[in-house]
Amino acid sequence: MRIKILIRLKSQILEPQGKVIEQSLNNLGFNEFHNIRQGKLIELDLPDNLSKEEKDQKIDSACKKLLVNDIIEEYEVLG
Amino acid sequence: MSFKSAVITFPGSNCDRDALCYLQDLTKGVVYNIWHEEASLPKVDLVILPGGFSFGDYLRSGAMASKSKIINDVIKHANDDRYLLGICNGFQILTEIGLLEGALIQNKNLKFLGKNCFIKKKFKNNFNLSIKEDQVLQIPVAHNEGNFYCDNETLKSLKNNEQIAFEYCKGEFSNSEENINGSIEAIAGITNKKKNILGMMPHPERAYSDFHPSQDGKLIIESLIT
Repeated sequence: MRIKILIRLKSQILEPQGKVIEQSLNNLGFNEFHNIRQGKLIELDLPDNLSKEEKDQKIDSACKKLLVNDIIEEYEVLG
Repeated sequence: MSFKSAVITFPGSNCDRDALCYLQDLTKGVVYNIWHEEASLPKVDLVILPGGFSFGDYLRSGAMASKSKIINDVIKHANDDRYLLGICNGFQILTEIGLLEGALIQNKNLKFLGKNCFIKKKFKNNFNLSIKEDQVLQIPVAHNEGNFYCDNETLKSLKNNEQIAFEYCKGEFSNSEENINGSIEAIAGITNKKKNILGMMPHPERAYSDFHPSQDGKLIIESLIT
């Protein structure tokens, strides 16, 4: 199964890239676009025969050990 | 007894050679260069995790290097109360290992900063003993993710335990800034609670020789060996 993990900086952490993207979009006339923040998406394959518990446990463990720095980031497993 | 030290090299480290020369010239003792895939460290007084872009800064700066094989022994070295110094990317690696608190995020102005900057010591520890109160040091920085961040609780504990070693300050250049990268309380370097581990963004190994614009970086090694 294909897994997608969305990682973003916590809301209280400054995300300067989003601010610059917002400025550029505004310059292009997209004046309604506000509060832009950029994150990252990690996609990976896990065997289909894993139970939901095993899958969740493996993903959580990988996020805590490497993929996410929980001082500054939070994550969400999509779909 | 002579002072022994080691520098760890990761793929993408680019200040390891400078760090080796820095240690050789200032300690006059044995200096080992250790590849990150080695399983063990020789018994030394000081280990430096050098600056650079270990593993291309993939995922987050220092994240991959913090899981390298040699790191288990680096942790043991630190747990034996011996000195561990992380410079720039080395500081990022130390926070990713969890040996130092907080994290280093992108500079506030989005710019890679490669220039001379000014720092002064905040709280006393063995790494800054030879530096006088209010003495302003000129030491270069070269980083994109040097903006020190931690939550309020951690900041309080860093202060209560006197773990802030260096802070950025204004210097003799008219365009020098109070806080070059947006770090919380202009923090440029912190220690662990036991104060045998120091992480700092400025590069003392680029400020010690006669051919460097400043020799203030000498004071850190002098503090450790005297």
